[in-house]
Amino acid sequence: MPRHEVVSPIPGVFYRRPDPDSPPFVEDGGAVAADQAVGLVEVMKSFHQVAAGAEGTLVEFLVGDEDEVDAGQPVAVVETG
Amino acid sequence: MKRLLVANRGEIAVRIIRAARDLGIATVAVHSKADADALHTRLADAAVEIGPSPASKSYLVVDAILAAAKDSGADAVHPGYGFLSERAGFAAAVAGAGLTFVGPDASVIEKMGDKVAAREIARAAGVPTVPGTPGGVAGVDEALAAAEDVGYPVMLKAAAGGGGRGIRVVDDADALRTAFGQASQEAAKAFGDGTMYLERFVTHARHVEVQVLGDGSDAMHLLDRECSLQRRRQKMVEEAVAPGVSGDLRTRMTDASVALCREVGYRSAGTVEYLVDDDTGEFFFIEMNTRIQVEHPTTELVTGIDLVAEQLRIAAGEPLRFAQDDVVGRGHAIEFRVCAEDPANNFMPAPGDLGRVTLPAGPWVRCDTWAEPDGKVPPFYDSLLAKVIVWGADREEALRRSRRALAEFSVAGVPTTAGLFTELLDEEWFRAADFHTATLERWLADRGEST
Repeated sequence: MPRHEVVSPIPGVFYRRPDPDSPPFVEDGGAVAADQAVGLVEVMKSFHQVAAGAEGTLVEFLVGDEDEVDAGQPVAVVETG
Repeated sequence: MKRLLVANRGEIAVRIIRAARDLGIATVAVHSKADADALHTRLADAAVEIGPSPASKSYLVVDAILAAAKDSGADAVHPGYGFLSERAGFAAAVAGAGLTFVGPDASVIEKMGDKVAAREIARAAGVPTVPGTPGGVAGVDEALAAAEDVGYPVMLKAAAGGGGRGIRVVDDADALRTAFGQASQEAAKAFGDGTMYLERFVTHARHVEVQVLGDGSDAMHLLDRECSLQRRRQKMVEEAVAPGVSGDLRTRMTDASVALCREVGYRSAGTVEYLVDDDTGEFFFIEMNTRIQVEHPTTELVTGIDLVAEQLRIAAGEPLRFAQDDVVGRGHAIEFRVCAEDPANNFMPAPGDLGRVTLPAGPWVRCDTWAEPDGKVPPFYDSLLAKVIVWGADREEALRRSRRALAEFSVAGVPTTAGLFTELLDEEWFRAADFHTATLERWLADRGEST
């Protein structure tokens, strides 16, 4: 199966939930659409959604909730097709 | 007070360390992992690492800060602005640990932090609040009657709403009759509660605030600041004193602010924020900030009083050192908040590595910053890079000098908002101080369309 890496375009702190009281954007193994958010990156007190970028199954997160990420760092893997 | 722990980072931590040193007080910095080499960390007499880079794991962790204070032998804590500065629980914990909190009592922070309680205190002190219904109105007839008292235009707000959602502005009784039922139904759907209340809508509003100092028994003001130029509720440019305020309005606003401080026995520096109706000359209490503010240097430049030093003296138990008549506003000061953001890309925050850094200086120019050549702008905190504060004998001179100072400002490595301010200085409406709280966002939107 082709693997698509979801990349954070900006550095900051990665969150899997829209806010602490909500469920995660996507569970491991969940189906995603290309424009669907898989996480949130907080940079300098502003929040930016990271979209899956490809339709398929989100098989793996490469970073944990609240982990620090760099710009261009892969944060998750989507299996397409 | 012998040893002060500064529970903050960035330019305000640097600012506080300098004030403490001027008074002969030793300083302790706390820092996250990302700030191990930051200016405030290196400038203080001692430094303690309190956790990983994200603020939620370092600068916002009360226990880590109290442990750092204990380990370093600090006897006082200055919270700066943001982070823990307006958390009553933090002030109480600092006092509970036997340390001096540089700020008002926890109970005062708590009262002023509660919008409803703060408005009640303001009313008790005779400070005008925005006219409106105290609670919900039962139906359209009650709304119409209330609107007559409040005065049009009125804002129709969902009691259960928030963040600007569920708000309608209506100009007259007909519009209110039409809007009420629909707004109430929408609120019921969106928030599960259709209760509506009414508030006066100020069409041409300025944001003006009064700087105050109190020692617990006496209080005074240090004139006012104009802070209307905001983007997404973030101030970008501030001035002291406010150019759009008449002498009579200034007297009424500063008197009200001192009365408010006396009402709560305010101790430390604080700011009382008002909405000024430019069409009627009325002013209304918005809230009180129980901490030092970002824009405090403008007040310092026109009054010659070091506000952070006064905070430290008051916290150490000294009474106010000035009489109200000693406070004289001299000339005019303007502050520009230069942020590591890209104005060409919707103000996208821009962390990164700095190269060459050239900061403005020279006669009557002050630059409060933490930025250094070859430093790093971390992604974890706010984007404020530097405050460029300029004084002039009058507003005209301050505007001219602003142009010079901003032209000198240059950092390599990250985009900043400095260039945007140079454009702002070209605008006739800015030069004429003809602006309101909505002006800057409208200008940015128009500017975006024309480029």
